[in-house]
Amino acid sequence: MAEEKKYKKPIPRVDEESRPFWEACARHELYVQKCRSCGKVFYYARSFCPEDLSQDLEWVKCSGKGKVYTFTVTRQNQGAGFRDNLPYVMAYVELDEGVRMLTNIVDCKPEEVKIGMPVEVTFEDATPEISIPLFRPAGK
Amino acid sequence: MSITGKAAIAGVYEHPLRLAPHKTQYQIMAESARGALEDAGLTLKDVDGLFTSGVGGMGIVSLAEHLNLYPDYLDSNSIGGSSFVSHTGHAAAAIAAGYCNVALILYGSTWSSDRFAIGTGGGGGSDPPEHFESTYGPTTVGDYALVAQRHMHEFGTTGAQLAEIAVTMRKHASLNPLAKFRDPITVEDVLASRVVSSPLHLLDCCMISDGGGAIVVTSAERARDLKKKPVSILSAAETCYHTSAGMRDLTNAAAKQSGPKALARAGLAHKDIDMAMIYDSFTITVCVTLESLGFCKKGEGGSFVQNGRIGLGGELPINTDGGGLSSNHPGMRGIFLVIEATKQLRGECGDRQVKDCQLALCHGTGGTLGLRHSGATLVLGV
Ligand SMILES: [Zn+2]
Repeated sequence: MAEEKKYKKPIPRVDEESRPFWEACARHELYVQKCRSCGKVFYYARSFCPEDLSQDLEWVKCSGKGKVYTFTVTRQNQGAGFRDNLPYVMAYVELDEGVRMLTNIVDCKPEEVKIGMPVEVTFEDATPEISIPLFRPAGK
Repeated sequence: MSITGKAAIAGVYEHPLRLAPHKTQYQIMAESARGALEDAGLTLKDVDGLFTSGVGGMGIVSLAEHLNLYPDYLDSNSIGGSSFVSHTGHAAAAIAAGYCNVALILYGSTWSSDRFAIGTGGGGGSDPPEHFESTYGPTTVGDYALVAQRHMHEFGTTGAQLAEIAVTMRKHASLNPLAKFRDPITVEDVLASRVVSSPLHLLDCCMISDGGGAIVVTSAERARDLKKKPVSILSAAETCYHTSAGMRDLTNAAAKQSGPKALARAGLAHKDIDMAMIYDSFTITVCVTLESLGFCKKGEGGSFVQNGRIGLGGELPINTDGGGLSSNHPGMRGIFLVIEATKQLRGECGDRQVKDCQLALCHGTGGTLGLRHSGATLVLGV
């Protein structure tokens, strides 16, 4: 008998461009990238700088802190893993490092979420290899 | 080389069905082709350019086979709902370049009968950015809701202002015998409808229908000798907008780049436009698109749509057919923007006719405002 999968939402694919990002997430660390050639900080993970195609990049460890840039409380989604978890909060969080990433806000009531609210990263272990970066109210 | 005035829309057809469980997608396309060719006074054998979207990877070749056509020019640019607006511009360019002479643009869909959850499905493609998104549950409604929430926060836009857009589209639909939803609604009705993804209510969202349509584009010269008054293609422009490597600006849309470019290429200003067809996947789409196109300042979309300005008889009537909010939305609505604008410019719209309609602007948005989308603008005139 196949064991029922615990994490039913789509699991990100780890590929040659994104492997270091997801390996860091598995250690519960959040990284963005910076181009050594032009200084651009960017998200999501790539093997080149999306400003000048330079491959001279560095990984920058994030403080894990940021603010809610915008959000929505989703009350309808038939997709596997979502329909049993309604409502949920999807948001763009602006990291202190300056980039905005799509995520979920967790560990609070949906009605408590506000734009500008300080949040910090937390991780949900989807599989032994993949942990998903999520955000919760800072200092909670 | 400019395309201005080189090509014209000679025929259009909007499939009348909103629910077609007894028809296939290709059947809807073939019936629409017949309608538009009849409208133009042309036959299938005149067609030497074929355009479509919403088919499989090589679906346009199957479509040519289905119609037994051997076109000289093929284009199945698939950039979401705006595809057919884009095709119309591409067809004009191909005709101006002499690559084809009679372009047939086709769309057919049975997404309503197929019960395809386009708005509230789980998402989950396999392009690189999607691996950083799908696990967070970005539904189509949710992606647009992210923009609405930010717009409200930055500019004080209200739910009642967005609702005004849905109310106006419904009013227009009541004058369109083909429209699916024709009973009037109020701002209160919109605000009282259930929240699908905050701050968007059910009545802020377009419907899912079946349907399709067709457009015939030919050279200006040939169009002059055909059955209907030619509608001149004055200009086109397109682009895309996305998460910008992490610096996503949520209150602007692709229209900000394509809109001013299209107007400049036509040598026109906003005040010259008599009516506009603005892709209304959601009320917020109209608000942000009007701002990005430059019909009002950024942040002023909420007040712009109030007091009848975008209704028939207003300063800028939009979506006179009732839009995706009230007429039809088989998944990709771009073709209907061009069809309705053409009918308005020909003066064929009866109760919903815009008076002295000489210049129309169409803008299609494909994909989602909050993640990535395409935008295609088209300026038409008579
Ligand atoms: Zn760089």
